[in-house]
Amino acid sequence: MDRMRIALPEAFIGLGTLAFAGLVLWQTEQIPVSPLYAKVGPRVLPYITTGGIALLGALLLWRGLRGGWQPEEEKEVAPDWRAVAVLTVALVANVTLIGPLGFSLASTILFVLVAYAFGDRHVVRNAGIGLVLALLAYFGFARTLGVNIGAGFLENLLGG
Amino acid sequence: MESLSSLAGGFAVALTPNNLMWCLVGTTLGTAIGVLPGLGPALTIALLLPITFKVDPTAAFILFAGIYYGAMYGGSTTSILLNTPGESATIVTAMEGNRMARSGRAGAALATSAIGSFVAGTVGTMGITFLAPVVVEFALKFGPAEYFSLMVLAFVTVSAVLGASAVRGLAALFLGFYLGMIGIDGQTGQPRFTFGILELLDGVNVIVVAVGLFAVGETLYVASRRYAGKDEIIPLRGSLYMTREEWSRSWKPWLRGTALGFPIGAMPAGGAEIPTFLSYWVEKRFSRKPEEFGTVGAIEGVAGPEAANNASAAGVLVPMLTLGLPTSATAAIMLSAFQSYGINPGPLLFQTQPALVWGLIASLYIANVVLLVLNLPLIGLWVRILKIPAPLLYAGILVFATIGTYGISQSPVDLILLYVLGGIGFVMRRYDFPTAPVIIGMILGPLAETEFRRAMSINNGDWTVFFTQPLSAALLAIAVLALLGPRLWDLATRRQHRGPEHVPGDA
Repeated sequence: MDRMRIALPEAFIGLGTLAFAGLVLWQTEQIPVSPLYAKVGPRVLPYITTGGIALLGALLLWRGLRGGWQPEEEKEVAPDWRAVAVLTVALVANVTLIGPLGFSLASTILFVLVAYAFGDRHVVRNAGIGLVLALLAYFGFARTLGVNIGAGFLENLLGG
Repeated sequence: MESLSSLAGGFAVALTPNNLMWCLVGTTLGTAIGVLPGLGPALTIALLLPITFKVDPTAAFILFAGIYYGAMYGGSTTSILLNTPGESATIVTAMEGNRMARSGRAGAALATSAIGSFVAGTVGTMGITFLAPVVVEFALKFGPAEYFSLMVLAFVTVSAVLGASAVRGLAALFLGFYLGMIGIDGQTGQPRFTFGILELLDGVNVIVVAVGLFAVGETLYVASRRYAGKDEIIPLRGSLYMTREEWSRSWKPWLRGTALGFPIGAMPAGGAEIPTFLSYWVEKRFSRKPEEFGTVGAIEGVAGPEAANNASAAGVLVPMLTLGLPTSATAAIMLSAFQSYGINPGPLLFQTQPALVWGLIASLYIANVVLLVLNLPLIGLWVRILKIPAPLLYAGILVFATIGTYGISQSPVDLILLYVLGGIGFVMRRYDFPTAPVIIGMILGPLAETEFRRAMSINNGDWTVFFTQPLSAALLAIAVLALLGPRLWDLATRRQHRGPEHVPGDA
């Protein structure tokens, strides 16, 4: 066992956590403190959190430099980055389209792309399923729960 | 006997047609999401949180509790027939249950887990009925210092003691603290960690965090390892009836599992993994047919852990209702539902909202009966749900994730946050970080801060108060021991050990 080899991803997670501690510290310094409220102000717990994150980041980095901790069964699996990339595109598309197109159409596109990322290439069939599901969700779930979700022209057309 | 009269009042509340309907909806939905891999009660309740604006609190909590109990029942079906644990608490059930199914005894495995769940769930609910008032008596004496120390203990146990690594568990917890602090500080009105973004002044919604970690993160994770090929569903053969021998081999494990599950669940540490693993170990020891373990599948290895799992689910509700102390992601999200009604769970809840509390407890008894019916005669229905192809299942999950988050604010900021948290959830899953502590830290962190500041201002800023009050000092000492003890033990014995694996999206 080469326990002493540097595990790069884990080391980066450690470094990332340390960087995150820096960010938290910087933001903590920005919290305005009223001089009238000197004892336990709004900065005390943020400082403790900063310290905790920094310490844990250092420990994670240390473990990363000494072989990491990722379980063997995870390491054996090469991630399917193509699927992750398609999913990322699906999510970005959803954020951009939900405003202009409305919930149902944006969700249909999301549905097709996610299914595609999982290897289901029946685009037309899935568009149908996605649209029905989105409309059901819109009129059933969203309406009953009273959450006011972005209506596009399709929802307005159907009496939404 | 005061409990019994309160409980009778609770049944009067729970048996109204309206509340019965919520119980039925909750248990059915809970079983469905328990059966579906990748969906858990924490995620489902988070998505349904907006309902708190629509219905009265009793109805909402009957619904949520039904989902919570139902998921515990449904998860075992998936474990037995698919060998994919639906929840982390059913990992153990998958070990023996799936072997039983492979040797043609799926029916008996499903029956013993459903009946065992019923026995444990009912005994566990009785446990709540009688234990909760006792804890309340005790908790009424707690001051802010004791509460803070108790929360510190809970933080340590949920993140550092249960799980593979204390460092990773605590890192997840601190991420939760950070997320919980974003927004306006409740005591001074100062904005914290908002980066000047207007939407962040109100804080980050727990729905966004839960859905991001459990739905988006899980979807990314499953997509990234599509290699795994098709899961094989074992067809349901044979009768659901257990033979006389199977009954006699099941009932003791049910009771032993319950006896392990409930107390461990009720401790401010929570978690169903430890009792299920303990129960498995115990049953292997006690079994008259130990050779069946790991080979053709031993019924004791399903009956015991499954009972332990359900009993601990009931146990978790004790600190949640009596102390306002959630020890699982699901309980933390239920706590945030209380907050959205402006109700503070804790000892006073039993005095201020007796109809709510006892109605909820009574509905748990009803839920167990409903779930027994749903999971034995109607089991075929749930097996069909298992056949939904993964691409469509995950595509559907993401559509619902969008409604759940975009619907609350209609702000793209929330969607972006959702997807960023999804990315974090993916990395956490791949690198074996538990995700439940994020949710617990996010909900409980601000409460701990409030108690901390309250204790400090009562004592004129003297921080030694946490160590001079005997109860508070004892709780902190246990926390330190729980955190450092295992590590010192490791150093002393030079042994490597690993805790149970975490499956996100669970209780």
